Amino acid sequence: MNMDGDAKRGVMTAGGTIVIDAKEMHYKELNKIIRESILSGAKNVLLENVNGQYYIGDGIKGDDITITVNGVPGNDLGVFMDGPSIIVNNNVQDNIGNTMNAGKITVNGDAGDVIGYGMRGGRIYIRGNAGYRIGIHMKGYNEQIPVIIIGGKVGSFFGEYMAGGVMVLLGLDNSEESVGEYFGVGMHGGAIYLKQKIDFSKYSKEVEFLEANDVDMSFLKKYLLEYAKDFNLSSEELIRGPFYKIVPSSARPYAHLYTSAAF
Amino acid sequence: MLRLKNNFSIEHDIAGCGLCGIINIKKIRTNGEDIKKAIALEHDRGNGLGGGFAVYGCYPEYSELYAFHVMYDDLVAKEATEEYFKNNFVIEKQESIPIFKTSKINDHPILQRYFMKPKSDREDRLFSELKDDDFVVKSVMLINSDYDGAYVFSSGKNMGAFKGVGYPEDIADFYMLDNVEGYMWTAHNRFPTNTPGWWGGAHPFTLLDWSIVHNGEISSYGINKRYLEMFKYNLALKTDTEVIAYILDLLIRKHGLPVEMAMNVLAAPFYQTIDKMEPEQKELYTALRQIYGSALLNGPFAIIFGYPDGMVALNDRIKLRPLVAGTKGDFTYIASEEASIREICSSPDVVWSPKAGEPIIIKTVKTNAKTAINTENISQKQRLIIS
Repeated sequence: MNMDGDAKRGVMTAGGTIVIDAKEMHYKELNKIIRESILSGAKNVLLENVNGQYYIGDGIKGDDITITVNGVPGNDLGVFMDGPSIIVNNNVQDNIGNTMNAGKITVNGDAGDVIGYGMRGGRIYIRGNAGYRIGIHMKGYNEQIPVIIIGGKVGSFFGEYMAGGVMVLLGLDNSEESVGEYFGVGMHGGAIYLKQKIDFSKYSKEVEFLEANDVDMSFLKKYLLEYAKDFNLSSEELIRGPFYKIVPSSARPYAHLYTSAAF
Repeated sequence: MLRLKNNFSIEHDIAGCGLCGIINIKKIRTNGEDIKKAIALEHDRGNGLGGGFAVYGCYPEYSELYAFHVMYDDLVAKEATEEYFKNNFVIEKQESIPIFKTSKINDHPILQRYFMKPKSDREDRLFSELKDDDFVVKSVMLINSDYDGAYVFSSGKNMGAFKGVGYPEDIADFYMLDNVEGYMWTAHNRFPTNTPGWWGGAHPFTLLDWSIVHNGEISSYGINKRYLEMFKYNLALKTDTEVIAYILDLLIRKHGLPVEMAMNVLAAPFYQTIDKMEPEQKELYTALRQIYGSALLNGPFAIIFGYPDGMVALNDRIKLRPLVAGTKGDFTYIASEEASIREICSSPDVVWSPKAGEPIIIKTVKTNAKTAINTENISQKQRLIIS
């Protein structure tokens, strides 16, 4: 059936999924239809022919809601999102999952820059590579642990100023080193896990490079198994260690910068 | 009445904008529809205060002549400037730039174009031996700074800039770019934040055959400006992007640097990177930084540089502005957003992002060349040159 009024371009299918043809639709209209669909009780929203529309799924709530995106969504996807899942079957652009609180973003392609900025909960899984400034200022909130897993490699400033949460860099299908410059600079909380050993001496002096232990691995396993399932990868290979762990050596790496007191 | 000159007490311009570029490496010409569609997708990156295009290969019938595009406040400015042209140039043809009066562009200057070459017996020959290119540069500088109400916004051969105040898709309709053909197009959608949007301040900025569209802020503008003034460049437009066009003219045309090396001056490697280089490279990059320290661009930027033999995409050294590239057959596309590329090329062969400070250089090839664009290992390449 066709929906009424402004949501007329959203069409309910037999399976209960709302299908929206986003071709040449402005982001304001698209996001309005998505919100109205969710308000009217839709649990599954399928967006077809998306190309560059900003702010998809921003601030939406509800743990049982799934938005599937076919096409390349615009910047700021899933910003402030609180519970729902977004599955993107293509690449994504910049600034996705900014200050996200809960829920999950799954990207089957590559991602642009500044993914998961200031993220405080939820999960972002990227199958391919990601750009610069991934997980900067990521923080966690009370009991919440935000998790970002990148399948390929990342650009510079990975985990810069990271304050909490967990990032995993798998470096799959990569012959070259999977991280850029300024890795973990200013990191003062949380943890980054790597599947490949790298020469960490040339990166941040404010962090420590360790081999992941059993506690780390049992934490990671839950997320890696989900990642393997989402992207149809061999879970056995994915969780095979050793993994390497990067943690800050101090909660206040720059405490001495402006005051004489070290701690 | 809008005024082109001396209106604004401004130091420089800060902008957050949208960029696009299209090149066919075999120089097959296409009209302006695709570039308009691509930049229109980035509509929300601008605010309607500036849009523009550069096109290469648009004047094949006058390819040996300098094509001047000039905007005038009024007929007085036009008369004075044309007097200068008459005295110093052989004018093969002059006409109004064809425009279509759309309701979206309501206040525009007088827009004229001139196909011409400097006279061999022009007055300045009495006391100097300037080559034609140098004389054209001198003329552009002179008109833009001393001729009130006149502004040359394009002065190359077989290329042209079309720009103004408005959204780029409306500017494209205004100049009827669906009737214009070229093998390379660049486009800009402006969001000026520190200076008013005025006709001369729209991108691209051009000089001779060079063109620049830019997203970002050149915080080294003051140093760059003073440096350029030593070489008699006159920065009359008070907009940061202007320095990039003139620096590249100086480096490439006057000092003979290869394009790639000129890019390494604009976004010079950090000294800590140079320290890790092999001795020969280290010597070269150290020398470039020492000689051209004042030509270094600081601040966030993404630029697309056009020149007759190719197109270059370049980011600042820590990638503070977006830039994406894609290829399909003989076409390469550059844009601020991947969606822009997909709007006109739904299934590119490959899509990738340039690394910070490392130029993507797409050079044209001879029409009968066998090699298509080599996309092998694109993400692995340190410095990518496609030719």
